[in-house]
Amino acid sequence: MNIHEYQAKQIFAKYGVPTPKGIMVESVKDAVVAAQTLGGPIWVVKAQIHAGGRGLGGGVKLAKSLEEVGTLANEILGMTLVTHQTTAEGKLVQKLYIEDGADIQSELYLSVVLDRKLEMPLIMASTEGGMNIEDVAENTPEKIVTIPVDPTIGFQGFHGRELAFGLGITDKVEQRNIISFAQKLFKLYMENDAEMIEINPLVKTGTGEFLALDGKMGFDNSALGRQPEIAAMRDLSEEDADEIEASHYGLSYVALDGEIGCMVNGAGLAMGTMDTINHMGGTPANFLDVGGSANAQTVAKGFEIILKNPNVKAIFVNIFGGIVRCDRIANGIIEATKITDVNVPVIVRLDGTNAPEAAEILKNANISNLIVGDDLGDGAAKAVEAAKGN
Amino acid sequence: MSILVNKDSKVIVQGFTGKEGTFHAEQCIAYGTNIVGGVTPNKGGQTHLEKPVFNTVSQAVASTGATVSMIFVPPAFVGDAVMEAAEAGIELAVIITEGAPVKDMQMAKAYATKHGMMTIGPNCPGIITAEECKIGIMPGMIFKKGNVGLISKSGTLTYEGANQVCNEGFGITTAVGIGGDPIIGLSYKQILPMFEADPDTECIVMIGEIGGDLEIQAAKLIKEQITKPVVAFIAGQTAPKGKTMGHAGAIVSGSAGTAKEKMEALEAAGVKVVVSPAEIGKAVKEILSK
Repeated sequence: MNIHEYQAKQIFAKYGVPTPKGIMVESVKDAVVAAQTLGGPIWVVKAQIHAGGRGLGGGVKLAKSLEEVGTLANEILGMTLVTHQTTAEGKLVQKLYIEDGADIQSELYLSVVLDRKLEMPLIMASTEGGMNIEDVAENTPEKIVTIPVDPTIGFQGFHGRELAFGLGITDKVEQRNIISFAQKLFKLYMENDAEMIEINPLVKTGTGEFLALDGKMGFDNSALGRQPEIAAMRDLSEEDADEIEASHYGLSYVALDGEIGCMVNGAGLAMGTMDTINHMGGTPANFLDVGGSANAQTVAKGFEIILKNPNVKAIFVNIFGGIVRCDRIANGIIEATKITDVNVPVIVRLDGTNAPEAAEILKNANISNLIVGDDLGDGAAKAVEAAKGN
Repeated sequence: MSILVNKDSKVIVQGFTGKEGTFHAEQCIAYGTNIVGGVTPNKGGQTHLEKPVFNTVSQAVASTGATVSMIFVPPAFVGDAVMEAAEAGIELAVIITEGAPVKDMQMAKAYATKHGMMTIGPNCPGIITAEECKIGIMPGMIFKKGNVGLISKSGTLTYEGANQVCNEGFGITTAVGIGGDPIIGLSYKQILPMFEADPDTECIVMIGEIGGDLEIQAAKLIKEQITKPVVAFIAGQTAPKGKTMGHAGAIVSGSAGTAKEKMEALEAAGVKVVVSPAEIGKAVKEILSK
């Protein structure tokens, strides 16, 4: 789960990680009031969406007067922001963060991420602030300092020294400031079950202090149950409505841009099914994992969500029953054809637990646009063919 | 022969009396797994599925001599359960539970390693040595005894692969579902050499997916150490970037962890890489019929 910049900065403030002062607003009027409260003389008007690259997309602008705050707020609020991290349709800006302008002497980069290879958090820092870190890693990897922190010992003094010297910071006050900054950041990373924190840019001010000018945070979904305050920060308007609806039924759904709807059990087989369709000359319309507790109701819901997509020309149901029983899926398919108008060919391949019973159920149901696939390859081939003919 | 577990392995179940633990322990016993007891706090002294229940893992180990634990406790307690098993001297913990917090797994795995305990999972179907010992949730009937070893991040692709191998007239030595989480226990790197050393395994099927670099590490190891033929499939060639595809670890971050780079690395290591899971059985047949 991701959160907005203004929310990340609330968490930063709670842990004493320095940030410029700011206020989140949802109207032009409130933007001007917020600017007055902050005092100025310079403000930054920032679009709050869950995507990076907001500045380049025109969603972050500097204002030098209250009038300008109003003009910029009016311009950015309600705009559809397209960045390299959004889809081509972009994201609607519904919230702004009005922030004090900072006295920037230099821009750095600082993040904490899970390093899957080392199986522990990794602090990454660079003197190349404000740039895309992947580009820095590609072109000038020597400018990135990486410090793994074993969570069983936590952030120690030597981690801090590695960071300060790695960034070439020689002033003792500045060293103390950056070490304290990173230590607090690591503490909040661990205590909140964060998956990643990225501060880009982290700025050094004229007085040698470090400020988080930006803040991006993502959290481990599996830990949200014990992080109620974080869970409450979820902004559903930033997420895909169909994915959320699917999740309420235990379905894992991701929309794609092809023509063949897929309903599969298990994430691996679901991806493998998409790959097989692609290999046979078709295009998958979605990823959908019905999960381990699939029943008639969830299958029917799956059909409904798949069929919302007007590009879908055929549906391939591919189930290898382990815990999932094939007869339940078969009943779900019959149920779905009753509730939803399934107006495209449905190719069904059911194998594993209770597959013979399922075949019998489907045969007796006599559904006109249902085609049986003998195995994964056969089912995918029939789905590709059906989509072409439809 | 087989790897990791066989009919003599003494197995306990943590989360024995819960709904999932009960259902699957029953299936495992029916398959022939030597389940010697289980652990559920405050139910020690009771009998469940005709096996003794203990309050703690250390009591269970002392009383039964168990060396393997199958873990079904709820996600929030997985880390605790794994560390308890490690402390009690369990040699292999198979963690079935899905949705354990990543932080807990970092701590638990580090602790397990310190105590010399191997872990499999979490979020995995478990491990099965065909017709001997099933520790997990896979449908046992599809795994016929044979000479193909299987390692997979995905549960249903394990079933798909094993089923195809058996339909072609071959069978499985041991199949290990290693799980699709960001932090997992045993991986390709540890399991491939076990299959290499197992005299009964003649061919290895390896199923991976997008995200992380375990398959890349495996490719390097195969090139250097594995002489037996390997067939591989990597799921997610058509997955979009930046989206988690069901498994918490299945995500292409930036340009890292794509199916393409993994397939290329494996091919360069001499592995027979198939583009669709539908071709796993055929590829194994081609190799073993030579």
